[in-house]
Amino acid sequence: MLLDPIATLGRAVLASLTRLGRANLLLVDILRGTGEIFRHPRLLGEQIVNIGVLSLLIVGVSGLFVGMVLGLQGYYVLAQFGAEESLGVMVAASLVRELGPVVAALLVAGRAGSALTAEIGLMKATEQLSGLEMMAVDPVRRVLTPRFYGGVLAMPMLAAIFSAVGILGGYFVGVGLLGVDTGAFWSQMQAKIDFAEDVVNGVIKSLAFGVVVTWIALFQGYDSAPTSVGVSRSTTRSVVHAALVVLGLDFVLTALMFGD
Amino acid sequence: MAKRQNVELMVGAFVALGLVALFFLAMKVSNLSLSAGGEGYVLTARFTNVGSLKVRAPVTMAGVRIGRVESLRFDKTTYMAVVTMRVDAGIDAIPEDTFANIFTSGLLGEQYIGLEPGGSTDYLQDGGEIAHTQSALVLEQMIGQFLFKKAGESG
Repeated sequence: MLLDPIATLGRAVLASLTRLGRANLLLVDILRGTGEIFRHPRLLGEQIVNIGVLSLLIVGVSGLFVGMVLGLQGYYVLAQFGAEESLGVMVAASLVRELGPVVAALLVAGRAGSALTAEIGLMKATEQLSGLEMMAVDPVRRVLTPRFYGGVLAMPMLAAIFSAVGILGGYFVGVGLLGVDTGAFWSQMQAKIDFAEDVVNGVIKSLAFGVVVTWIALFQGYDSAPTSVGVSRSTTRSVVHAALVVLGLDFVLTALMFGD
Repeated sequence: MAKRQNVELMVGAFVALGLVALFFLAMKVSNLSLSAGGEGYVLTARFTNVGSLKVRAPVTMAGVRIGRVESLRFDKTTYMAVVTMRVDAGIDAIPEDTFANIFTSGLLGEQYIGLEPGGSTDYLQDGGEIAHTQSALVLEQMIGQFLFKKAGESG
């Protein structure tokens, strides 16, 4: 028929709008279960271990190498202008403002978000969630809420660790290898990096990324088709969507925060 | 029980590590340690041109930072720029006839306010105004004047 393509378009739009609506309803349900983490703090602790502690290695090592590369590249560019002393500012500003929150969020989406989606998806496929419901235990409160808060709380910590390790990496390369003056490296950094403007905004950013990454991971798992194909698709979607949303949101937040 | 303690231990270590990293960013990387010392008091000064002076630019005396620029404002009645600066509380004996200049650190560096103390025994109080000011040197104007002078000499 002539109108078929238009109907297909309409169906696609409606389907994504319903999915967005379901995701929002799930978030409301998750937030409504907040009391659960005070009643069972151990559940939250296990999830902080799962999402935060077990991501430490990849976040720390990535931070170190990103900082070292920034030190190396920054030095070569700045040396052309005779401004090697500003290396500390460059490394710290780019890590604290952008790379720390963003790269940590991407790493968590890949390392922990995909695991969350697969876990929840399999729980659904093997009817463990329905089993919980049969026992009059709300699966959203019992399973999803602790994972959500675990991710939200772990993300700023991981981002801060990423930035701190990265700055030390930049310091080793810049001061240790390339001979930038130690005093100038730190004093220029302290003079130019503002606590409220740079560090606090970085923490706010990583909190927002924590919400978005865990929300997407949990929703994709909860909404996955209860088959092996469905779970695998959801896991892929979880990582792809989380990465895209983090990068897009980062632009918006940067424009709002630093665009005065 | 052992497993439960293990979880608590790991969460505790992780949170402590995160807080140490945040503390490092706050104290060692940002200027929180610098700005935390004393509220200080406020001085104003009027300049005909502030160039590219920025809020938070240093206010120095004899090359040492004694405060920061707090705000920049345009006064529509005198057509001058009003600079408000916050000076550290310990520096409480700035003579009334102090001279305020806007200097540039290096050729392309940022601009800052340099104070040259006068000889008066009366000191500026909180909210006081520095009467003697020298505007920023705008590089384009200087080059223009230089070229104009050169042209005048050869012609």
